[in-house]
Amino acid sequence: MDNIILEMRGITKTFPGVKALDDVNLKVREGEIHALVGENGAGKSTLMKVLSGVYPAGSYDGEIHYDGEVRNFSTISDSEHLGIIIIHQELALVPLLSIAENIFLGNEIAEKGVIDWPQTFSRTRELLGKVGLKEPPTTRITDIGIGKQQLVEIAKALSKKVRLLILDEPTASLNETDSDALLKLLMEFRKQGMTSIIISHKLNEIKTVADKITILRDGGTVETLDCHNEDIGEDRIIKGMVGRDMEDRYPAREPKIGETLLEVKNWNVYHQHHRDRQFLYDVNFTVRAGEVVGIAGLMGAGRTETAMSLFGKSWGHRISGDVFMHGKRVDVSTIPRAIAAGLAYVTEDRKHLGLVLNNNIMHNTTLANLDAVASSGVIDTHAEAKVATDYRSKLRIRSHSIYQEAVNLSGGNQQKVVLSKWLFTSPEVLILDEPTRGIDVGAKYEIYTIINQLAAEGKGILMISSEMPELLGTCDRIYVMNEGRIVAELSRSEASQESIMRAIMRSGEKH
Amino acid sequence: MVAETSAAKTTPSIGVYLRNNIREYGLLVALVVIMLFFQVVTNGVLFKPVNITNLILQNSFIVIMALGMLLIIVAGHIDLSVGSIVAFTGGISAIMLVKWNLHYAVVVPLCLILGGMVGAAQGYWVAYQKIPSFIVTLAGMLVFRGLTYLVLQNRPIGPFPKDFQVLSTGFVPDFLAFLNPAPGTITNLAALVVVVALVALAIYYGIKGRRTNVLHGTENEPLAFFILQMAVIAVVAIFLGFQLSTYKGFPNVLVVMGLLIALYTFVTTRSTIGRRIYAMGGNEKAAKLSGINTERLTFYTFVNMGVLAALAGMIIAARLNSATPKAGVGFELDVIAACFIGGASASGGVGKMTGAVIGAFIMGVMNNGMSIMGLGIDYQQLVKGLVLLAAVFFDVYNKNKG
Ligand SMILES: Nc1ncnc2c1ncn2[C@@H]1O[C@H](COP(=O)(O)OP(=O)(O)OP(=O)(O)O)[C@@H](O)[C@H]1O
Ligand SMILES: [Mg+2]
Repeated sequence: MDNIILEMRGITKTFPGVKALDDVNLKVREGEIHALVGENGAGKSTLMKVLSGVYPAGSYDGEIHYDGEVRNFSTISDSEHLGIIIIHQELALVPLLSIAENIFLGNEIAEKGVIDWPQTFSRTRELLGKVGLKEPPTTRITDIGIGKQQLVEIAKALSKKVRLLILDEPTASLNETDSDALLKLLMEFRKQGMTSIIISHKLNEIKTVADKITILRDGGTVETLDCHNEDIGEDRIIKGMVGRDMEDRYPAREPKIGETLLEVKNWNVYHQHHRDRQFLYDVNFTVRAGEVVGIAGLMGAGRTETAMSLFGKSWGHRISGDVFMHGKRVDVSTIPRAIAAGLAYVTEDRKHLGLVLNNNIMHNTTLANLDAVASSGVIDTHAEAKVATDYRSKLRIRSHSIYQEAVNLSGGNQQKVVLSKWLFTSPEVLILDEPTRGIDVGAKYEIYTIINQLAAEGKGILMISSEMPELLGTCDRIYVMNEGRIVAELSRSEASQESIMRAIMRSGEKH
Repeated sequence: MVAETSAAKTTPSIGVYLRNNIREYGLLVALVVIMLFFQVVTNGVLFKPVNITNLILQNSFIVIMALGMLLIIVAGHIDLSVGSIVAFTGGISAIMLVKWNLHYAVVVPLCLILGGMVGAAQGYWVAYQKIPSFIVTLAGMLVFRGLTYLVLQNRPIGPFPKDFQVLSTGFVPDFLAFLNPAPGTITNLAALVVVVALVALAIYYGIKGRRTNVLHGTENEPLAFFILQMAVIAVVAIFLGFQLSTYKGFPNVLVVMGLLIALYTFVTTRSTIGRRIYAMGGNEKAAKLSGINTERLTFYTFVNMGVLAALAGMIIAARLNSATPKAGVGFELDVIAACFIGGASASGGVGKMTGAVIGAFIMGVMNNGMSIMGLGIDYQQLVKGLVLLAAVFFDVYNKNKG
């Protein structure tokens, strides 16, 4: 087991205006789970793209030794032939094709171009078995949840005789149950001798699965920790990532709670596509000035749907119920009206719903409130640049300028751009949907700080999150949702992981 | 990694700037090369004052429609019906002017409104019923061609009253004739003076803009580029202005076209509407969730296209001095090609007004140059097709490399 399968030496990769990687070294032993951690924009994804040939040899400096030889991959298929399979941060499945078709896409089991379906299906079943899925191979990707999609990606990797599996934030959008299943699988593969590299911002997961941890900071290697030699705590990892000790994960706050800002009464919503299926039942909640209110729940509980149906009916159908701001009924039936009423919704899906990826940071920042930097429909470009520059420094967005396209930002920085956009509309109630998904600890802290500042200014915050510690660490009050209903309301002192889970379980029994 | 605290750079290095803007400069260089090429192979006919005037008269409507088409393409759609709208509105204008003897001051606005309604009729299906624009405008292309045959009863109508013709084929009178220092060579001094004044204004505002950019820390293009670009534009503009001043001066349509180009460039670069169209084309869902009424915006881009197509329809009818049911056949292809040559992306969100205008000029110069050379329509189409492919390949190649 002392065999070095991969060594990357002195990797340097430059994009126009940015040195994303600067003399990075990485050594991975055969059969281990090697974690790669670092802040947003540290260069983790870039390093893996160099390794897998997304960035071809010649576009970077340095050497890749794999399986004892120097390798120069010029395409992804070069690295795949040697068993290096990467699963990217964004899943690459075709939604309308079946599981089987996706697994063998580009790699079909065929004779003279004619697909051998029986064999395809039986191979698919075999592979799905390995990752613990029981779905029929003909199921379409859109019809399974994101957790299962992730497992299909892994099954696809297995179909290619993988030796080194690279997972870029595989659990970022999974709930705890799905994440656990995935991590167990990785440990199972390790027993069978497979090597994996995992990138994640969830340090507790890293701690459970990793044998080694390599930390990147600002495009350089900081250190590699060996989890078997010493007991590595999360604080130790964080210190390496941010370069200093971080005392607390959640900034302290003195809540100053005022009058009720937002009140939602008897909110009933039917499903967007299955139009006769009711999805939300009599949802009632309030958010007060200066208060941070959380919504906890499992995947599919209806949290995002509640937020989106409220925000200009952007989800759902046959929506009924009343919305009050400052005690007065408001009309939120279109998005511009919801914005005018003082709502803002920061989506959980920043790539598809949050950003115009080929526009720059500045254009994205001002998009929802363009009129504020324009008069009679003419944009004041200087005022606009100033706004973008202010938010860029306030939220510490890492980019070479406000003119950098959103597509070239790292995940965490993209999230900050979406946040800037909504902060610039100066909402009274800010709805945050998984605001720290895929975000590093340092940036999380910054986002919590921003949340606290907004609350101190007297705004109301409604935060949807699947990470319970985050809700417990930041919220004054937590609603628990399950199957389209609010099933509990817990004050700060009542709330705990157990009380939240208990509320979910209890409501599950009732129905 | 550049730290986030690094001071805002106001001027990128020449290398970086060139790489980021290679498309635009490449296009300008391509236009100049094509012009010089035809100047040589046509033995200097291309730049003769008469021919420059012809070139403008023959291509103004392509440019005008490219302005609207670019917005449609940026919004993520396509409009195949513009050729038929040209024929339809041209036909209706002929009926009103020739058969009903209405005054052009009534007919012109009515036809523009008609064009807007035609655009609205199509925009409705695209924007509110979410039918792909390719299909809606393919249907529109057939429907309005058919309607044109119906209203014209299969026969051309003409000739037009003189005052209407002049709108399209007339020239701006020489209001500075009394100052003319060399009446022998210069026959329309005003054209030359106006061009020189415009060039001076452009330089003045260019320099002023750079100053304010520095003041506000906004990005500037490198100075060398600015100077080179201004010099090229000044030389070309003054040369063309001089040529025109030795003939009949500015054609009326050139003035219309110039004003529209200025207006639409402003709309795309500085107005909120323009910005929202780009955002919508780049990511419709994100734009919608940002409070943009994407349906209405889409609807209005089609209305706008209809109005511009109607304007083009009248210009063409007046120039040919007759409205025929066959007018404008295949124009949609020239217009769309102009946008793509100009760097617009078929998937929306990308494309510049200046690019589309230069693209239209490239098409125009090629049409004109090849006609002078006596090449048949067969070769003309072949060459244009290859140029379109080459231009788009250049885009894709650049993108993959960068
Ligand atoms: N195509 C590109 N063009 C320009 N800059 C880029 C490009 N891709 C990445 N970068 C920059 O390189 C740096 C590293 O990005 P990378 O995506 O590797 O970060 P990361 O460590 O994966 O972050 P995250 O945890 O947020 O996913 C960032 O500053 C990013 O802006
Ligand atoms: Mg990443």
